[in-house]
Amino acid sequence: MTVALEAGPRARTARNGANPPMGGDNVLEARALHVYYGAFRAIENVTLPIARNRITAFIGPSGCGKSTMLRAFNRMNDLVPTARVEGDIVYRGQSIYAPGVDPVEVRRHIGMVFQKPNPFPKSIYDNVAWGARINGFRGTRRELDDLVEAALVQAALWDEVHDKLDQSGLSLSGGQQQRLCIARAIAVKPDVILMDEPCSALDPIATLRIEDLMQQLKERYTILIVTHNMQQAARASDYTAFFNMGDRRQGYLVEFGPTPELFTNPKDPRTEDYITGRFG
Amino acid sequence: MTALAPGSIGLATSDAARQVARRHRVGRAGLAVFQLSTIVGIVVLGALLYNIANEAAGLVAYEHKTDPAAVLPGGRDLAALSAPELAAVLTANLSPGEVATLEREAPLAERSQAELRRLVDERVLETHAAAAWNLTDSVLDRPAIEATVAERHPDADLRLTSWLSPAFVTAPQSGDAEYAGIRTAILGSLWVIVITMAVAVPVGVAAGIYLEEYADHTRWLNRAIQTNISNLAGVPSIIYGMLGLAVFVRALEPLSSGGAFGAADPTTANGRTILSAGLTMALLILPLIIINAQEAIRAVPSSLREASFGLGATRWQTIRHHVLPGALPGILTGTILAMSRAIGETAPLIVVGMSTYITFDPSSPFDKFTTLPGQIYQWTARPQPEFHHIAAAASVVLLVLLVALNASAIYGRNRAQVRY
Amino acid sequence: MTVTTTRLRGVEAAPEADTVPLGRRRRWREDAVEAVLFAAGFVSILTTGAIVVVLGKDALHFFRNPDVSLVDFLTGTVWQPQLGKFGLLPLLNATLMVSGIAMVVALPIGLSIAVYLSEYATPAVRNRLKPTLEILAGVPTVIYGYFALTFVTPILRWALGARTVDIYNVLSAGLVVGILVIPLVASMSEDALQAVPRALREAAYGLGATRLETSLQVVVPSALSGIAAAFMLAMSRAIGETMVVAIAAGAGPRLTANPLRSAETMTGYISRISGGDLSYNSVDYDSIFAIGLALFVITLGLNILSGRIVRRFREVYE
Repeated sequence: MTVALEAGPRARTARNGANPPMGGDNVLEARALHVYYGAFRAIENVTLPIARNRITAFIGPSGCGKSTMLRAFNRMNDLVPTARVEGDIVYRGQSIYAPGVDPVEVRRHIGMVFQKPNPFPKSIYDNVAWGARINGFRGTRRELDDLVEAALVQAALWDEVHDKLDQSGLSLSGGQQQRLCIARAIAVKPDVILMDEPCSALDPIATLRIEDLMQQLKERYTILIVTHNMQQAARASDYTAFFNMGDRRQGYLVEFGPTPELFTNPKDPRTEDYITGRFG
Repeated sequence: MTALAPGSIGLATSDAARQVARRHRVGRAGLAVFQLSTIVGIVVLGALLYNIANEAAGLVAYEHKTDPAAVLPGGRDLAALSAPELAAVLTANLSPGEVATLEREAPLAERSQAELRRLVDERVLETHAAAAWNLTDSVLDRPAIEATVAERHPDADLRLTSWLSPAFVTAPQSGDAEYAGIRTAILGSLWVIVITMAVAVPVGVAAGIYLEEYADHTRWLNRAIQTNISNLAGVPSIIYGMLGLAVFVRALEPLSSGGAFGAADPTTANGRTILSAGLTMALLILPLIIINAQEAIRAVPSSLREASFGLGATRWQTIRHHVLPGALPGILTGTILAMSRAIGETAPLIVVGMSTYITFDPSSPFDKFTTLPGQIYQWTARPQPEFHHIAAAASVVLLVLLVALNASAIYGRNRAQVRY
Repeated sequence: MTVTTTRLRGVEAAPEADTVPLGRRRRWREDAVEAVLFAAGFVSILTTGAIVVVLGKDALHFFRNPDVSLVDFLTGTVWQPQLGKFGLLPLLNATLMVSGIAMVVALPIGLSIAVYLSEYATPAVRNRLKPTLEILAGVPTVIYGYFALTFVTPILRWALGARTVDIYNVLSAGLVVGILVIPLVASMSEDALQAVPRALREAAYGLGATRLETSLQVVVPSALSGIAAAFMLAMSRAIGETMVVAIAAGAGPRLTANPLRSAETMTGYISRISGGDLSYNSVDYDSIFAIGLALFVITLGLNILSGRIVRRFREVYE
């Protein structure tokens, strides 16, 4: 099933959503979203539901605003002083852009993994534990140890680092660093994980490991991933959103649907051009 | 339009070759000029250091008010006497009251030979410098100097002397160049710099954090603060001195003199104190510390901030746990450089009111003070040449201190660079 | 989300509750921290405000004095407070002579060093020379003053005759102030030269230009505004320099065009008057603030102009 542009579901909450894709329910939804940097409109009128415990991929040519779109989901764009949002993003029935909402709270629920692995210059242990500590973790040292171990296990990194938790996170290889960043995000117990081209700095083997990891993680988390790699979207995601760039360099959503459908039977000729490589 | 064939720009080949050769000659001449200028810079630095070293040591003709042969046992040379012998000379020739005072300061029996020798020189023989020469003349022109001394100061001892000595560093200020030291000045500099840094570092780093991590630079107030800081960095230091004079010394006199705290004698105290000097100097180096802190904070990669925010950290958590630790080496380096600037500054403290002559050690922020560069200035400004020699000796101390500070800052900067 | 110990034992699945509280917690700590940091930044504004008020207030007091008139202050040729003559010209003239001589020394030498460092020197040479410049820049000005009085002046008196050169003279102070600002001119000019795009140099070399031709006819003109900014900042620094002139240029205002005579500068006057035991309610005390205000206006003007030029030329290349 493909959701056409501007005809997105208008679900009030995830549970009684009018139009949940694939019968699941939506945990997040962008509604007629515009993002501006100063006077420049980077994202134009995107409406997009995000299914719970599924992987949704954002694809499109570079500069089409995929990352900006992703960062709108946990208000990371707030850190750019000139950024401004119109429209709304609804998370579990609440607008995350409503006046009373604290972006810090939003980011606790909607975590993020970045393009370039960016571990803190601290030990592996502290990298994972830090998020829990600042979020008010009051358990014993033992409980924190358990949390760190569980996060590293879930990120499929435990076996490689369990005997060197006190070494610097920067001593790991690129792929390990990225999995450390995933463990770090998990340890805060998020609901949704945003991944901004998480494999673009990694070699093919490390990339495959991250993709496998995503499949395990989606049992527990909802995952949004921006990727410049169409094969990755086709392999690893359940839903795909194709973005394109308009004549004023504004990004807009062309087509959204279940990944197999979008790749095998695109509704929009622009999508077809892009996935068959005839684009631009 | 003329057709351009390769190799013919309207010149015969030999002419072209000659022209190129001429241009290369001009080029070499240009390079020579640039190199010469660079060498001038190095030579000037060399001359500056040479001049100080040259004045800080040399031949000195010493005359004694009391004939050494009359008081020293067996007519021996002062340097050849042992510590107990020197102590005996002191007890024999000074009044009992003077001896008692000295014993109270430190028992004569426990004092070193060098210390006792200096006391005998000062108190018993009343030695003073009749004439002094710089090091170069002393080495190259010694016979002529000896001849002059023999003619003009027939009783004088001619000795090669270093004006910089352990005693010079530990002795307090004195009216005689031969016995003056920089102890008071060093302690004054120390007091001032401690107050300066205690005020300027926290305020400067906090302002740097605000401007880099909080301030929305589209707002005019924040832009005004930023522009204002770079303009403040260019205000002549003497203007800061006038600010300190009008605000700390005069308007806040009850506070800066310590009168309000009952810490000073209200009849004599005024605001020309260490506290006023430290606060003035803090305002002076504040822009340097802010600008430097901003640069250090800006060098922390934004990916660290994003990672932290992405975990649901607040802004202050992000700054405290990631930005500040990353910026710390840079902030420290800049702090040391600002400190060395403050240690070397003189003009603002002249205006705030350094004391021209104090002999007691400063012991509270409400005391009068002098500083090392201030002492150098006062000695340089005196007409007697002996004072120029001790000014040079004090300059050596100041330069060694500053070079050590700057070198440690540069060394620290190169070592502590965190790689991300 | 309230984090409890039991819920955080290990990492469980995402919360099942459909809605989670996202409401803004009052973060007093965050607001307090920001307020404190802002206050620290605001100290700089207060400092500037205080400078303006302090100089302005006492200068105003000075001009209210019946013996003083603004016209005489700006046009009078004699500064003799005891005689009630307050003409700024002798002090201003000495200041301008010292800084003029300083610029004649510092601009060619500083610029040559900058061209050498930027266009000729190998990295190894650069790494030796730049610390030397940094040391030169870190020497306290009082030591430069000592250098002027005990080294440069004797040389001048030896070369030109002790009769023609005063013990305290403008030339010696000017030369040494020039040396003092060489590092500033050199490092700012070098920054300006380094900002010239490589492509411009390559274009010149591609036309068969020698290194000197490229440096002087392409790179230096392209960096001219940055060099001008360096010059103005150096000028402002020279005008505000106090210790060298206080030690070497002499005490006592004198209107003279002869740099071999002694003459007191604005900064020299301020330091001499305020160094003594100064009574707060005297015309002497007020007069140093009037001179300070003039000094502040001149140097601030030069600094702002320099900053403008630097910003403009940055925009061209970035």
